[in-house]
Amino acid sequence: MSAVFEVRVHGRGGQGVVTAAELLSVAAFLEGRHAQAFPSFGSERTGAPVVAFCRISDRAIRTHAPIVRPDAVIVQDATVFGALPVLDGLRPEGFVLVNSTKDIALDAGNVFVVPATELALELVGRPVPNAALLGGFAAVSGVVSLDAVSAAIRERFAGAVAEANAAAAARAFGIVRAEMGEREHV
Amino acid sequence: MFRQIEGSRGVAEAVALCRPEVISAYPISPQTHIVEALSAMVKSGELRPCEYVNVESEFAAMSAAIGASAAGARAYTATASQGLLYMVEALYNASGLGLPIVMTVANRAIGAPINIWNDHSDAMSQRDSGWLQLYAETNQEALDLHVQAFRIAEELSTPVMVCMDGFVLTHAFERVDVPAQDEVDAFVPAYEPRQVLDPADPVSMGAMVGPEAFTEVRYLAHMRQLDALTVVPSVAAEFADHFGRTSGGLVRSYRADDAETVVIALGSVLGTLKDTVDELRAEGVSVGVVGITTFRPFPYDAIRSAVEDARRVVVVERAFSVGTGGIVTADVRAALADQPLHTVVAGLGGRPVTEASLHALLLRDDLGPLTFLDLNTDLVERELRRRREIPRSGPTAENLLRDLDRIGES
Repeated sequence: MSAVFEVRVHGRGGQGVVTAAELLSVAAFLEGRHAQAFPSFGSERTGAPVVAFCRISDRAIRTHAPIVRPDAVIVQDATVFGALPVLDGLRPEGFVLVNSTKDIALDAGNVFVVPATELALELVGRPVPNAALLGGFAAVSGVVSLDAVSAAIRERFAGAVAEANAAAAARAFGIVRAEMGEREHV
Repeated sequence: MFRQIEGSRGVAEAVALCRPEVISAYPISPQTHIVEALSAMVKSGELRPCEYVNVESEFAAMSAAIGASAAGARAYTATASQGLLYMVEALYNASGLGLPIVMTVANRAIGAPINIWNDHSDAMSQRDSGWLQLYAETNQEALDLHVQAFRIAEELSTPVMVCMDGFVLTHAFERVDVPAQDEVDAFVPAYEPRQVLDPADPVSMGAMVGPEAFTEVRYLAHMRQLDALTVVPSVAAEFADHFGRTSGGLVRSYRADDAETVVIALGSVLGTLKDTVDELRAEGVSVGVVGITTFRPFPYDAIRSAVEDARRVVVVERAFSVGTGGIVTADVRAALADQPLHTVVAGLGGRPVTEASLHALLLRDDLGPLTFLDLNTDLVERELRRRREIPRSGPTAENLLRDLDRIGES
């Protein structure tokens, strides 16, 4: 892992891509780390490809340049693979976490899938996959804990919405950890 | 208290802590989140007494701020880009009258072609408006500069613009230390206007002044701006005493004391430059950075002493004067002796300024007087050829976009 852990989140407008990066930065902050989240500064529109970034570090983050060599790429909507070079610059030891119900063949070393939209529909009642993907991210990376992700979600949302999203994150965490366990046994 | 929040939210909270009494604003990206948050604070009663005036244009926003300030209220507004241009006539009135209004400019390009992204063209176009201009490097500094701006504005009785990079800072979530109300109250005392419209003690403000005194009024305005060269650093020093961190002032150096090459810049690119300087220093390249926090008035002496030992000076600018070149460079040149001086125009209209590009740039020893960082020369050549070969070559911007699509397909 590089001194600064860099995450790029891809998806489409309306899926909470920017919120995902912001929540991730809050989760890291709650664990006493420095973090910086920012959108790709487009005129975000519903349905259009959206990119957001998050840096996490033990030291103050000075750069304000976009992330070009991410340690992790989170894909909230697999249809963006055709629209953008989603895996551009991904570090060889990095990983991709995709919102999908089935395994995806990608030109990247470590690929994990989590059915984040299905989890969101079941638990939140809306197809917003960001919270579940953050749970999955916590499971793969260990950069932030599931507790911190849940705390960030509860800081941002209130009441039943917060609890439902935290539950989606927790479920995704379990799914990804099981996925990782299976791989270790192979 | 440390919080992980959006830059706009942080600025809104810092402004609210300074207890503005009138906020008049018109939304425009990337400034909107700031006044949105403030309007919500006024509505909820969290910020009171304060009147939020939802005006119909930026011209009205500044006009209402002028009226409020003249009536003795602490007044605030925020804008960007075309919005700033739309209030220009009123900007000059605010400074000409000496009204201590504080305004955030969330820096954004100016059209045409329309572009919502960050550069410094908007604020730079108002460098001669008589407003003080402070540029924030980080969201923490953006917060801190607002707290300092009310002090500076009211001490000098002159308006202050706090410039922060649109989107790059306004929309970035970063860790910021938001001060407590009692700390800000101790630093920013209640507003004591130098001049006020008061029915009990009537005065007129803004009357016509003819040739007999106009020069003297302007001269006094100039003297007041020069006073800022003392007031700004003293407020920054007092801020450091109160809050325990360094923000504001005239200029700040980073590894520049013994540097052969010194890069001068303003705003959020300074952080990226510092990382680049650390990389280059590790490779044995002698380079440092000087950040300009106060651009108006221009700190000639501070710049001169910050770069006096440099063998060459590179000014990285997020705006430029078409047909002339670097805007900041022109002032830097006046401050220097005779070192080689190079302008690098970077980050126009939201183009990212990357460490890789800065790194390669600063390794070059063949820099000319004016360089456009990461210029797509192929794209430029295509349009130049079109202009030579086709009499009705069409609108440039649309031609370039069409070319980019073609390049992308091939």
